[in-house]
Amino acid sequence: MKQTIFTIIENKALTDSVYQMTLSGDTEGIACGQFVNIKLDGLFLRRPISVCDCTEGTLTLVYKVVGKGTEQMSRMKEGSLDVLTGLGNGYDTSISGEQVLCLGGGVGVPPLYMLTKKLISEGKKVTVILGFNTKNEVFYEQEFRALGAEVTVTTADGSYGTKGFVTDALKCVDYTYFYTCGPEPMLKAVYGATNTGGQFSFEERMGCGFGACMGCSCKTITGYKRICKEGPVLQKEEILWAD
Amino acid sequence: MGRLSVNLCGVEMDNPIIPASGTFGYGYEFAELYDINILGSFSFKGTTKDARFGNPTPRIAECPMGMINAVGLQNPGVEKVLSQELPKMRKVFHKPVMANVSGFSVEDYAYTVERLDGESDIGWFEVNVSCPNVHGGGMSFGTSPEAAAEVTRAVRKVTDKPVLIKLSPNVTDIVSIAKACEVAGADGISLINTLLGMRIDLKTKKPVIANKMGGFSGSAIFPVAVRMVYQVAGAVNIPVVGMGGVSCAEDVIEMMLAGATAVEVGAANLTDPFICKKIIDELPAVMDKYGIGELKEIIGGAK
Repeated sequence: MKQTIFTIIENKALTDSVYQMTLSGDTEGIACGQFVNIKLDGLFLRRPISVCDCTEGTLTLVYKVVGKGTEQMSRMKEGSLDVLTGLGNGYDTSISGEQVLCLGGGVGVPPLYMLTKKLISEGKKVTVILGFNTKNEVFYEQEFRALGAEVTVTTADGSYGTKGFVTDALKCVDYTYFYTCGPEPMLKAVYGATNTGGQFSFEERMGCGFGACMGCSCKTITGYKRICKEGPVLQKEEILWAD
Repeated sequence: MGRLSVNLCGVEMDNPIIPASGTFGYGYEFAELYDINILGSFSFKGTTKDARFGNPTPRIAECPMGMINAVGLQNPGVEKVLSQELPKMRKVFHKPVMANVSGFSVEDYAYTVERLDGESDIGWFEVNVSCPNVHGGGMSFGTSPEAAAEVTRAVRKVTDKPVLIKLSPNVTDIVSIAKACEVAGADGISLINTLLGMRIDLKTKKPVIANKMGGFSGSAIFPVAVRMVYQVAGAVNIPVVGMGGVSCAEDVIEMMLAGATAVEVGAANLTDPFICKKIIDELPAVMDKYGIGELKEIIGGAK
């Protein structure tokens, strides 16, 4: 973990409620699948946001406006941000095999971008399935294609791409391993519909984001884990779904 | 000793700053960020006889100038604390540590303290009779003078180390409880634990926290804490450790003027992991600004 003051380079809307913020600052040590924790004026707790992309000196965050913190972020045009980086375990790409499937739902899509970039740089064939509710919520389809991934978009109402959920599109894909991030009902569906090993990225309300407060603990087959520290990425075989 | 030093129940401290229990784990997460030996001490994660997962999530809610938590004393239990956590802590922290202990019966408290008593790096016990997040335990011992005194007596019997009793603010008369603990053999009082609070999500129209209620902490509760520290310090003849919403060097001085011998920093560690280091670094300049030579001279100065 590191505390860094980043400068806002750009902050733009991708859809009605999803924004992309580009920041400049020290990005050393940031890995794909990790998150950052952002201090915002007037709010007590930091806001955890997953890392969408990170190159030397540039950090990209794609976030959905869901409450006061993200609403405040969406209005920022310039200035600096106090950010804790290097949080969470991130995705392990060493065990993926050669044909990898990435399944993202809604605002679970962003962390898969840096992951896909990494998998492709490792010479792996990557198929990406991005699920949204409806056409005007779709984002990052072209960005994933530009990385060289095979991309399928699903919408629940059928207004764009394949009608249905990400699990409806995975039936016709061959894969050796998968990675997924999205709302919990989607993660549960992916858990049931896949037959290989995989990694799931989870979300929880956090206090500190770096393992001190036990605010985001969950039970797993391999014991209690903190989503912020031993997570947010859990292996398929260790997941215990809460009722 | 330097101008920041204080003596808490016979144990010398380089400075009065103590990260509060539940916000600092067993120290080693923070040791990755800075040398935690600059601290006066720290109070480790509330430890119980048996392992506890704690409450369901969500356990955390945002509040104006603060937060609510309902973690529910998640900890690995005293045996694993002895075999796993303390050896890890020892590698990064070389000063007397404050052992925070909780329980669900008088026997639980005594058992846990007795198990930990042989650890030479434990400088004090901080006995939590005030956790608002567990049913049938914790706070129920801290809401009556008789029950708090009973826990104090039981713990007193099994250790010769200084015993501080950590009190709840969720009571009508905290002074009578503090006095009962003093009479029962406590060496010090620490206060305040969190205030019982609640938030409701307007979208779901349900409580934000799965356990519905939780402990409210953060800068919002600072004036309540100062008031209670002032009341208790004025009524007992044992040292008081003040905490509740402390987030800067000025707050530390205010808490000590109210009567605190040492000062714990809680929720602020969660939003700024470097806050205790900053406070210790800033204290000398803030003392200069207010004409304070040595910190120990100001304890209880606001009569």
